[in-house]
Amino acid sequence: MQPFTRHTGIAVPLIKDDINTDQIAPVQSMRKLKPDYQALLFMRARRRDDGSEDPDFVLNQPQFRQPGILVTGHNFGAGSSREAAVWGMLANNIRVIVARSFADIYRENCLQNGLLPIVLAAETADAFEKRVVAVNGEAPFTVDLQSQLITGPAGPDFAFDIPSADRMRLLEGLDDIGLTLKHADEIVDWERRISADQPWLQNTADSRT
Amino acid sequence: MPATLFDKIWDSHLVARRADGRDLIYIDRHVLHELHAPHAFEQLQKQQRPVRRPDLTFSMQDHTVATKPGRDDSTNPSGAAFLKAMREGSHRNAIRLFDIDDPEQGISHVVAPELGMVLPGATHAVPDSHASTVGGLGALAFGCGTTELAHILATQVMALRRPKRMLIRLDGRLGPHVTAKDVALRIIAELGVAGARGHVVEYAGAAVRAMPIESRMTLCNLNIEMGGRSGFVAPDESTFSWISGRPFAPQGAMWERALAHWRTLGSDEGAAFDREHVLDCSSLEPQITWGTDPSQVLGISGRVPDPSAADQSRRAAIESALAYMGLEPGMALAGLPVDRVFIGSCTNSRLPDLQAAADVVRGRHVAEGVIAMVVPGSTSVKRAAEAAGLDRVFRDAGFLWGESGCSMCAGGNGDRGEPGERCVSTTNRNFEHRQGPKVRTHLVSPATAAATALAGRIADVRHVPPGRT
Repeated sequence: MQPFTRHTGIAVPLIKDDINTDQIAPVQSMRKLKPDYQALLFMRARRRDDGSEDPDFVLNQPQFRQPGILVTGHNFGAGSSREAAVWGMLANNIRVIVARSFADIYRENCLQNGLLPIVLAAETADAFEKRVVAVNGEAPFTVDLQSQLITGPAGPDFAFDIPSADRMRLLEGLDDIGLTLKHADEIVDWERRISADQPWLQNTADSRT
Repeated sequence: MPATLFDKIWDSHLVARRADGRDLIYIDRHVLHELHAPHAFEQLQKQQRPVRRPDLTFSMQDHTVATKPGRDDSTNPSGAAFLKAMREGSHRNAIRLFDIDDPEQGISHVVAPELGMVLPGATHAVPDSHASTVGGLGALAFGCGTTELAHILATQVMALRRPKRMLIRLDGRLGPHVTAKDVALRIIAELGVAGARGHVVEYAGAAVRAMPIESRMTLCNLNIEMGGRSGFVAPDESTFSWISGRPFAPQGAMWERALAHWRTLGSDEGAAFDREHVLDCSSLEPQITWGTDPSQVLGISGRVPDPSAADQSRRAAIESALAYMGLEPGMALAGLPVDRVFIGSCTNSRLPDLQAAADVVRGRHVAEGVIAMVVPGSTSVKRAAEAAGLDRVFRDAGFLWGESGCSMCAGGNGDRGEPGERCVSTTNRNFEHRQGPKVRTHLVSPATAAATALAGRIADVRHVPPGRT
């Protein structure tokens, strides 16, 4: 996984609650094993009925065409577990999402891909949103995971919290499987123990064959 | 100290605590599907990592399979590459695959329980948010993404942070034609789409105990629609008799031993939950979604909300949902003309679901101009339904009768509605464009869907006279 230390980019305000994975990466956009992840992000909101670009959608506005940070509401990423909803962000260079809260599986998928999910304290979130809207894409913000600060134009820095374990994993870009396989012996021990205590859990034989 | 069933299952599956503080939880059964597994197979191949326990892993073809009779790989052209990659990846890794033409093919959440792969007190993972469907049997199931799926294949554990515990107690007795689907929609309406975020939900109470196993699965299926990490019902004697004799379940002396253990599975008296919620189900009527998320729910006799009377913070969401759905504030949904009816999906495609719909339909006909479709959740369900003559009931009434798969739930196989259509559906998500661009989805139970198909309008199934025999 690509480590995350700091990321600088235009902060895009998409201030809405409950944005779901069908909006972020619709199933219909995943017709190929390797779809165009850059194009599938918010595919429906980007286009009007006649197929032309919708100039009102925030990512279509000239100042937000090169996004770096997405700023959004509560329960971001609700719905499906599809990881394309994270891969679409990365394909558009969005490596930070600042939300009021995240859906559980979506947040896990972010951490697996070096995308930093940030939840600010309520008052900080209010101030940050206001600033992002006011700056309107004219200058970038920088998110530094080492110092846990968001810096940007026209005002003081914003501090954020993140569980230290998640922070470490992102900073070091740790290979999740490698980290787990340090416990390979304990996995074997567990299997041995459960085979004695609850043997049916380790047995999936088809009784008909 | 008294413990919840969740804590007991978690603790008994705790392998180790990882350096980053996450718990490594052993996964007893891992069920894959072709929309996401091919990417994980490719990742493992690149890293030259083997699948650790192919014997605990099963592959299903469900999301992209066509439902047309006589289907093959090419019937849904965009699915062919997924089916092929799934076949190759499963073969390469010695994972048993239930392929498109397998007599037991179907939706993973339907097939795994019906073949006895899901056991009480076991852990279960699927790269799909509706994984907790199998919680209806007392298993602890987690949905996951593609990278996590590769992690499970390589290690047979999930690295998780311990979720919180929630108890939802369902009191009372369900009235006629009021089902687990209606109960689940009402719970989501009360708690909201993020109401169970970070929690594992245990469903308990008299109404749950009275539910057949398939209904418990419907209830647990919708747990993710309020953001729940997982959801389950503690097993009881009806669970055990449901599982007994299923091919992948323990048999003989092993069955007796498992049974003795399963009978100990339950939350202790006085065990503490982080949150509790109680719903009295006795006065519940059939429910239906009016909006564009599964918390925007009405009783069938209710009226659509008026944004001007709503809380300021919710006004915009209501307005936007009404506009998408083509509804006016304050209007009743009952009586509204519909274009399409879909009965199927991991939520409501098991035999009793089809039976309930057929009981309404029998001897009647789908209203003119309505396209109505039934897609059984598995090829086994389809066979059983045909043996019971249900396919004739549906076909004679003008329903399409499909081959099993996820179908119109997410439209990944090309089954979908036309722009602007109003679709009454037994699925789990009424998100914008989910069942096709501009399609307006209303979520309901199979009985309500059936009554609606006959009337050509959204109908209160309680007012439909019993089907003719």
